[in-house]
Amino acid sequence: MVWNRHDYDEIPGTYVFDGKRANSGYALNRMAFSFNSEQNRKEFAADMDAYCRKYGLTDEQREAVLNGEFLKLLHLGCNVYYLAKIAVFHGLNVQDAGAAFQGITADEFRQKLLDQSAGFQSRLETEGGFWHG
Amino acid sequence: MAKIIGGLTTSHIPAVGNAMAGKLEQDPYWKRFFDGYEPVKQWLDEVKPDLAIIVYNDHGLNFFLDKVPTFALGCADRYQNADEGWGIPASADVPGDAQFSWHLAESLIRQEFDMTTCQEMLVDHGFMVPMNLFWRQYEQWPVKAIPLAVNTVQHPLTSAARCYKLGKALRKAVESYPEDMKVVVIGTGGLSHQLQGERAGIIDVDFDLKCIDKIINEPEWMTGLSNDYIMEKAGTEGIEVIMWMVMRGALADKVDVLHKHYHAPISNTGAGVLLLTDAAAQ
Repeated sequence: MVWNRHDYDEIPGTYVFDGKRANSGYALNRMAFSFNSEQNRKEFAADMDAYCRKYGLTDEQREAVLNGEFLKLLHLGCNVYYLAKIAVFHGLNVQDAGAAFQGITADEFRQKLLDQSAGFQSRLETEGGFWHG
Repeated sequence: MAKIIGGLTTSHIPAVGNAMAGKLEQDPYWKRFFDGYEPVKQWLDEVKPDLAIIVYNDHGLNFFLDKVPTFALGCADRYQNADEGWGIPASADVPGDAQFSWHLAESLIRQEFDMTTCQEMLVDHGFMVPMNLFWRQYEQWPVKAIPLAVNTVQHPLTSAARCYKLGKALRKAVESYPEDMKVVVIGTGGLSHQLQGERAGIIDVDFDLKCIDKIINEPEWMTGLSNDYIMEKAGTEGIEVIMWMVMRGALADKVDVLHKHYHAPISNTGAGVLLLTDAAAQ
């Protein structure tokens, strides 16, 4: 009984969604999948704790859902696309969650994206052949 | 005989779907991104393809994690978009072509690509954002479409090399269909982005531009990349670039670049657009 190791396990700050996580997060992701239905979203919103219990989440997973602890949800096997379906109940989107994972504000997160893209248009000029309007 | 008349690529970012729904195309944040699609839309208006094969990944609408096919092909006459749980408005149903789909399934499986065949398939933003980017100006969808879903969500995933071979098999499959049809293949997703973990927010412009260049001129280079390497450079969700390789495999060894566009960031992502055709001179 052993989970395979992978090279990608060494990438820092990264939780590649593989069999190990799919296995531990199954009930959690299954609950999030149910939120595709508006009726289920209403039922969850009316009593989140009871809905988590109905789907058989662990105590740790349930608390992380109720408290909106997004990094913890990743640790507990939540897939990021399913996390998006949970984040909306906290009034947040995936970009907000991206900030929360690293304990920065959404503005700081957007600045990080801008910083990494800075100067891309001059890179395109160097590369050549790109559309510029 | 059916014929592939071009290959397109685009990102399929949900925020782009929301921006189109909110008609934000002229907003300063979005303008350069959306303007970069206009030449492709003009080309599509001129050549009028009959059908688009859209290579995308499902993000938890049609496929839950109970059953995850590596490759799945829509085999229906109609595809419905639906609620993904976080508010992107649903688009009109997209017409399919079941006879053509089943021909593709037969040919691909004969060529050892064991597709999962889907007679009912909800299509999520991965499929609908590209449809809307290229054809939302029409009152009714002017093309039929076939969804070809690649698992890029739950590892183990297939590889860039395998996607490239799938594209080659897809070309043979299309070209062996007796009806005269003009087909475009659309590779969607990417480029660099990571949504999850403390490392969320990766954009690697250099890697994105290198991928664009290699996909055009030296696709074999891409086939040598491991998924681990792509994820390290382009982020865990940046792995979607492997789906561009299905498009590339469906074209000739040499291609002409009719349009090439890049913008970053769009939402969390480095966003690329390509319009390629078989080179006039092979």
